[in-house]
Amino acid sequence: MSTNPGGPGGSAPRGDIAPSPRFDLDRPWRIDDRVAVRPEPFGALLYHFGTRRLSFLKNATVLTVVRSLAEHPSARAACAAAGVGTATLPAYERALATLAESQMIRERPVP
Amino acid sequence: MTAAALAPEHPAAAPPECPDGAVPEPPAAPVPRLVEQFERGLAAPICLTWELTYACNLACVHCLSSSGRRDPRELTTAECRAVIDTLERMQVFYVNIGGGEPTVRPDFWALVDYATAHHVGVKFSTNGIKIGPGVARRLAASDYVDVQISLDGATAEVNDAVRGAGSYATAVRAMANLRAAGFEGFKLSVVVTRHNVSQLDELKALADSHGAQLRLTRLRPSGRGADSWPELHPAAGQQRQLYDWLVAHGEQVLTGDSFFHLAPYGGALPGLNLCGAGRVVCLIDPVGDVYACPFAIHEEFLAGSVRQPGGFQAVWRDSELFAELRRPQSGGACRSCQFFDSCRGGCMAAKFFTGLPLDGPDPECVRGFGAAALQSADHAAAPRPSLDHSHRGPARGQAAGPVPVTIGPRPAARPARGCDESPLAGLLPAGAH
Repeated sequence: MSTNPGGPGGSAPRGDIAPSPRFDLDRPWRIDDRVAVRPEPFGALLYHFGTRRLSFLKNATVLTVVRSLAEHPSARAACAAAGVGTATLPAYERALATLAESQMIRERPVP
Repeated sequence: MTAAALAPEHPAAAPPECPDGAVPEPPAAPVPRLVEQFERGLAAPICLTWELTYACNLACVHCLSSSGRRDPRELTTAECRAVIDTLERMQVFYVNIGGGEPTVRPDFWALVDYATAHHVGVKFSTNGIKIGPGVARRLAASDYVDVQISLDGATAEVNDAVRGAGSYATAVRAMANLRAAGFEGFKLSVVVTRHNVSQLDELKALADSHGAQLRLTRLRPSGRGADSWPELHPAAGQQRQLYDWLVAHGEQVLTGDSFFHLAPYGGALPGLNLCGAGRVVCLIDPVGDVYACPFAIHEEFLAGSVRQPGGFQAVWRDSELFAELRRPQSGGACRSCQFFDSCRGGCMAAKFFTGLPLDGPDPECVRGFGAAALQSADHAAAPRPSLDHSHRGPARGQAAGPVPVTIGPRPAARPARGCDESPLAGLLPAGAH
């Protein structure tokens, strides 16, 4: 059985938990326009109307990070502003990479 | 993760399935706290089925909602809009619309437009009767609408015996129209029966050839299915065949998390393996009544009505029935079974309508405990579906009297639909912790 909607640390689909090579923590990101975010007690549910896929954010901090991506010059800055420390940063990077891979978040042009 | 990992904390999980949880990856990690959260319920459903009308041009022998005739108390257009407004406020991302045949409601397309304009995506199930070339083009143009064509056999012979004469041709014509309009990835939804279980390859080929995705769901003894289930549900040996086929095709096929009662054959199928009833799933019926799941249209699983003060949101949040379903369940007679962690005792609705105790084995328990229990169950005492909107005479376009078929007692038509959606299909985990 199983079921797992996503292990902590954002296990990516098909067991690939390595950060996507296309995700760069130092680039600016934002939530895709076609994504809706619904806060839940455990974090949040995300739904992409284009791909019709669901995703979970498994705690409030990652929700804060994702929601504030557009306000920061880089994903790294968004993490820092949300209080993510060096030790846990890799886990957040993996989570964001998973979201990037599934098109929930996308890179925004550098101003 | 494995269900086994959950067991110690969740003895008894819940009633049976419903959400279409095609979760792509085989879990690897630790216990998903998320599932625990799901068992306790969410701020809003993930998988909401809304049956818009009991009216249907068909009369499928296994119709979950015993549909046929419109109910005069069905929600008005204004009431439907108010429900959609509520769903928008609750951030229900999409709704699975069914019936009956939802497209026969004159305001159906207007309601679809209203929902999508209010950020509520729509996936609707249909027998295809209204999916002509023009409608297909319109549907193909929207990101916010998905379509599920119901078909229960790879041949007209097998399908029409269950769904009614001509229903195969109607469904295939609808699929061809969607294909021609460029609608990629609509769903071909099949209820697995004793008679089509040997056609799974052909059904998949049919879906593939139309650019569609195959979705297989379990036959439930709900609605008119209460009467047809004994003859239609896959036989024991076929269950194994089905399981092996699902394992071989994995994520290419959606299942609505229908088949986790088969997990003891050898391991988990993709899916959430959680009974979502009242937790992540529920049903709004045509008259606005809210039930714990689409397979459980019975007063025992009635949580309230969208017509009550507070509407759907109040029912979802405050219903005593839902609160009960969100509490940890006991495993009952199944608790000591070594496979309990994988099958979780099976489907609540399947047990209920076959007269089995809710805390005992599923009627299709792969170890045979369900079959044994059915032998001794008092069939006459099994609960009957509370409502019946079946046609009193032949359905439109159907010959009077039974269609000459070998399977069902009645002319056919209508999809057994459940939480048709696959709310969890493609579930992508993300999240740091």
